[in-house]
Order: sequence, then structure tokens, then C-alpha cells
Amino acid sequence: MSGDVAITLRNVVKRYGDHEVLRGIDLDVRHGEVTCLIGPSGSGKSTLLRCVAFLEEHDAGIIRIGGAPLGFDERPDGSRIRLPITEIARVRRNIGMVFQQFNLWPHMTALGNVAEGLRQVLRLHKREAHDRAMAHLTRVGLAERASYYPSQLSGGQQQRVAIARALAMDPKIMLFDEPTSSLDPELTGEVLNVMRDLAAEGMTMLVVTHEIGFAAHVAQHVVFLDQAQIALEGRASDVFRKPWHPRMAQFLETYLDRGASVLLGN
Amino acid sequence: MMDLDALSDAFPEILDGLWLTIFMWLAGSALAPLLGLAVALARRFGPAWVDRPLWAIVEVIRGTPFLVQMFLLYYGGPFIGLDLEPTTAGLLGLTIYGAAYFSEILRGGLIAVPKGHVEAALCVGLNRMQIIRRILLPEMTLLVLPASVNMFIVLLKETAVLSIVTVPELTMAVTGFGSANFAFTQAALVLALCYWSLTELSGLVGRALERRLDRFRIA
Repeated sequence: MSGDVAITLRNVVKRYGDHEVLRGIDLDVRHGEVTCLIGPSGSGKSTLLRCVAFLEEHDAGIIRIGGAPLGFDERPDGSRIRLPITEIARVRRNIGMVFQQFNLWPHMTALGNVAEGLRQVLRLHKREAHDRAMAHLTRVGLAERASYYPSQLSGGQQQRVAIARALAMDPKIMLFDEPTSSLDPELTGEVLNVMRDLAAEGMTMLVVTHEIGFAAHVAQHVVFLDQAQIALEGRASDVFRKPWHPRMAQFLETYLDRGASVLLGN
Repeated sequence: MMDLDALSDAFPEILDGLWLTIFMWLAGSALAPLLGLAVALARRFGPAWVDRPLWAIVEVIRGTPFLVQMFLLYYGGPFIGLDLEPTTAGLLGLTIYGAAYFSEILRGGLIAVPKGHVEAALCVGLNRMQIIRRILLPEMTLLVLPASVNMFIVLLKETAVLSIVTVPELTMAVTGFGSANFAFTQAALVLALCYWSLTELSGLVGRALERRLDRFRIA
């Protein structure tokens, strides 16, 4: 069973001062599955994802990526030790991250953004890095925009470059933090399509999203966070078709009001 | 009117002064940002015990007139065994003075780089040095360009102060000519024109550079 678990969280706690943003999260993300984190703003879903990327350091509990502890390990006596930075970097190499704000480096072309990790981290030669970066840009449909700077690309194109940049490092798991939330509605489709293709290829994905349609149709596993805890989780069909949880029902209503009932087939 | 014979006699000296002014300006403009960058990086990424003393030094330099600093460096230096040639002292003073301001400009630039750009670099696997070299420094450079052009102009004008420690630069040469010929006002006008031409020139270069770098801006 543990063999096909890509990410494990056990009793993960995150605090900002006195405020608990995550209150003891237990979660398994299975290999080859798309897991969507949904929930109202402030429920902790982005924080949870950022903890899995170790961009936020969890205050208690343990996170494992492919079995290896991320950031902190627990000694047999229960005490907690911070792992060395090289070990953190090694475990983090398994994940690729896509941000709401794209976060492309503005002084590099699309190709430069994708090739940067290949050159600096994998130490590939210029030619090989170029070819591999090109292949990933092609995969997201942006080969002909390779020499454009981020400022010359639309939001949707920037986000696809950001996906290519993450994929180029050959991660085992892709994390998406509200990848379409800062896009105009007509541009979300092209990003969701790339993500759908990625899911079809069997990529393990953990996605924080407000795109309930995407969660309903693409995710195998849906996790509903509410007030810093997992309120409900299960197969997408179960979670959406039988929203017995009162908060979940309330949350979904806001989407149903916006015509999502068609998407959900309710 | 100015005595034209006297002017032509003094012309080589004034021209030498102009070249020295340009040299001091360019050298100071090259060295001050480098020292300023070292200070900015040390304050931003170094240990806490480095930050405090550097902060104090920067505050003192920014809080006192350059004229006073040059007096202290040139006339006070020998008391602590720092006996420098006027030109050397001038360049050192100009560099330290500029570096104090540049360190604050560059530190602000480093802080202004979006946090997400660094996080993206971490997730791709770049280490700390690579992030500074490949992400922070280039992005910072874009952000600080307007403030830096401003600072280069300030440095040019501050070279005039070096005349009081007997650096034979433009101001010393021209005012020397002015007082020898009782043509103070004319000399001052010529001086103003020279400095103004040079600042316009650097402004022109700065604006051209900004236009060229515009496509790197975050949309």
C-alpha cells in the first residue's frame, strides 16, 4: 500500500503566531492520481500545498515525499530534527511547482526560463538543455514563442511556460497552486487542457483549485478543506454527487449559482 | 568680458581638469555600486552582527556633507596613518560616499524582487548562490536603474567638492582661472554649463538603457 503513495502527511500543523492555519492534516496522495484540494478562501489549502513544496515550514507532524521525510524528521523518541539543506533540496527535486502568479523570471525568454534548471541544476550542456527545453515548450504548445520574454506573453501562455519549466526537471509529482485564478476566463481553458493532458499521461498531481469542473472531471481524489482541517475527502464522484457535509454543500452552492450544476451533472 | 588671451593660456589646464572630472566620475561610478552591492548583500544575506555596524556607517555617511567627509579623509587621514594623494583620497571618498547611497538603493532593489520568483527558483532546484547570481541580481538591476542614473548624476556634481582637497579637476581649474582674471561669474557659468551637459548626457544614456530593458519588465 505505501508503495503507491507519493505524498504522505501525518498530523501536519502550521501556525502563524497564535493562528492555526493547518490543524493536524492527514493526507495520502497516490501515485498516478490527480488530487484536488478545494475549499473556501482561508481554509488553508494553499498553505498545505506550500508546505508540501517546503516553501512554508510545518510546525509539527511529518510530510513524506516518496517515503523520504521533507524538511523535518522524527527521532524514535518523538523529538523533531531539521534536515540539512542539501537533503531538503534532494527531496524537493521530486516535485515541480506551478504558482498562481506564474513567477516566470522576467529577464529570461520562455526558453531561458525552461532551460535554467537544466543548465544550472542538472548541468546540461547548452545544446542539450536547449533541445530539452524546446521539447517541453512544444509539449505545452509554445515552441514558436520560445524567444519571447514573459512580458510579451499572455497570462495563459506564461502559465504554460511555467508548467514546462517545472516539467523540464522531470518531477515525479506536480503541485499546482490555483494555476488559473489570475487568468481571464477565456485563458483558463488552455492551461486546464495542458493539465488534463498531463493527468492523462499519468502524472501525479496535487492541485489547489477553484475550478470545480476540473476537479469533478479530472481528479480521482477530492479533498475539501474547511477551517484548517480536512472536512471531507473521497472519490470525486462521491464528493460532488453527494455533498452531505453541510459546509461542502454551502461551498458548492456558490458554484451551482454560477452555472456549475451543468458541469457536475446534478 | 573675459580676456581671450588669458582664456587660451588657461585652456589646456581647464581641459585637463575636465578630463580628470570625467575620470573621477566614471571611476567613482564604477566603484561605488560595487562597494554598495557588497554592503547590500552582506546586510541582506549576512549574519545579524554584520548588519548593525554597516547600517551605522551608512547612516553616518548619508547624514553628513560630502565636503566634511573629504576634509576629514584628506586632512584628518594622516593622523591615523592614512596619508593619501589628493586624487587617491578624492576617488576613495567619492567611492565610499556613493557606496553608502548605492547600498540602500540596491538593498531596496533586492527586497523588491517578487518573493515568488525566488520560490520558483527554489522549486526548480537552484541553490542560494545561483538564486542570487541568476535571479536576484539581474532583476534587481532592472528595478534600480532609474534610481542609479540619479545617483550617477549626484556623483558627477559631487566631484566639484574635490577641489577643496586640491584635486585639479574642472571646478578647481575653472575657478582658478576665474579668480586670476577677476571673472568669477563667467567662470561659474562655464562650470554650470559643463556639468549640466555631462548630466544631460548621462540622463540620455540612462533613458536609452531603460527603453532597451523595457521588455524584461514584469507584465
